[in-house]
Amino acid sequence: MCLAIPVRIESIENDDTAMADIGGLRKAINISLVTDIKPGDYVILHVGFALKKLDEDEAQKTLAMISDIDLQNAVAAETAGV
Amino acid sequence: MKYVDEFRDAQLAKKLAEKIKVAAAADRTYRLMEFCGGHTHAIFRYGIPNLLPDNVELIHGPGCPVCVLPIARLDMAMMLAKNPGVILCTFGDMLRVPGSGRTSLLNIRAQGHDVRMLYSPMDAIKLAQENPDKKIVFFAIGFETTTPPTAVLLQQAKTLQLDNLSVFCNHVLTPSAMHAILASDDVNIDGFLGPAHVSTLIGSQPYEIFPQQYNRPVVIAGFEPLDVLQAILMLIHQLNEHRAEVENEFTRAVTPHGNEKAMALCDQVFKTRDSFEWRGLGSVPHSALAIRPEYAQWDAEVQFADWLQEQLQKQQKPPADNKACECPSVLRGVKKPHQCKLFGNPCTPDNPLGSCMVSSEGACAAYYQYGQRRIAVASGE
Ligand code: SF4
Repeated sequence: MCLAIPVRIESIENDDTAMADIGGLRKAINISLVTDIKPGDYVILHVGFALKKLDEDEAQKTLAMISDIDLQNAVAAETAGV
Repeated sequence: MKYVDEFRDAQLAKKLAEKIKVAAAADRTYRLMEFCGGHTHAIFRYGIPNLLPDNVELIHGPGCPVCVLPIARLDMAMMLAKNPGVILCTFGDMLRVPGSGRTSLLNIRAQGHDVRMLYSPMDAIKLAQENPDKKIVFFAIGFETTTPPTAVLLQQAKTLQLDNLSVFCNHVLTPSAMHAILASDDVNIDGFLGPAHVSTLIGSQPYEIFPQQYNRPVVIAGFEPLDVLQAILMLIHQLNEHRAEVENEFTRAVTPHGNEKAMALCDQVFKTRDSFEWRGLGSVPHSALAIRPEYAQWDAEVQFADWLQEQLQKQQKPPADNKACECPSVLRGVKKPHQCKLFGNPCTPDNPLGSCMVSSEGACAAYYQYGQRRIAVASGE
């Protein structure tokens, strides 16, 4: 029941409502709990409410951290001329 | 960036599993509790236990709101549903949880009372407007993720001066439950995987007390498999280095102070209860929210106080859990679901005998659905 998913904001209808793409369907969601939302943003949706905007830069950083060692290895291998 | 597929990459998952194997010292165990039911579900869905070495054990915590609600509160919801003229509405999972005498809200509905399922708390507003001659009671449960939506509902009810809508508030607080777990003597945990979505609201700051007071590390983790594996690796590194800190793997959604707008609204509408009963943890101080007196007109516990009193007096026996159900131990991470005699026979998701078998976030339901029983039995556990 705590299920919450990232969804993409399609358009802003008013201060409280936005249309979001939820698994290919356009649905109205409540955005009154979040600030500075614009079309193209991703938010975490839970029981009809956007709880938080997702930060793309941070997501990239986390992915880089997860593949970190491999990146370093790749760099090391390159500098070693392998 | 879709925020989903990128964090489910099977190759990267394998690499992370390798890193975990290398990092985990052979001469010790790592007992890590995932507090949140959403993590429990993800962990089984993606078969994460199978990727971990034997000495890294995941212990399932009490972070499933359906699971921890005590029978007495569920019984109260059923009493409210029996009030003539009431339409009781709540989230789907709550309808199937067995209360006293194994009665669920579904049984109450079959007896002719009006019990409805809703997807969003805001549906209760519509229900109130469409049924002016009925009294709509929203049976609200959940951790900090579900609390702000209920706050919006209460605020709306006040703005619209809806006099036929009230909320039966059972919202509970994550950090207080973590304290209760760390303070109990039969639970032995080396570190916590901190909740994902709860933390988007409350931020990472409220966890700082756990390293300080109990010397246990906390790593806040997202819900995707790579998130969970990376957070496990971070916990292992901390434990190896004798560090106990709050680290945040889920920075794409969690900041130190969380969603301050949502938390400020909650603060306007709710206040902390002195204590609240949890299934499995008993009475936990300052662990739940009540509706503030300014909103008493929309507080079902105030509006129906006489009715609840009357019903409680009529109750023959004090509310009691099914004695053979091990949910209380499962919720504290002391027992595994398959160690319950009722697991799988007769207790199944279609015929739940305890709350942990109802919601997909419950440990028993997750074990059942993803066949962990077979794996656990095969591994001689
Ligand atoms: S298997 Fe069923 S009866 Fe046993 S602990 Fe889980 S929910 Fe309770």
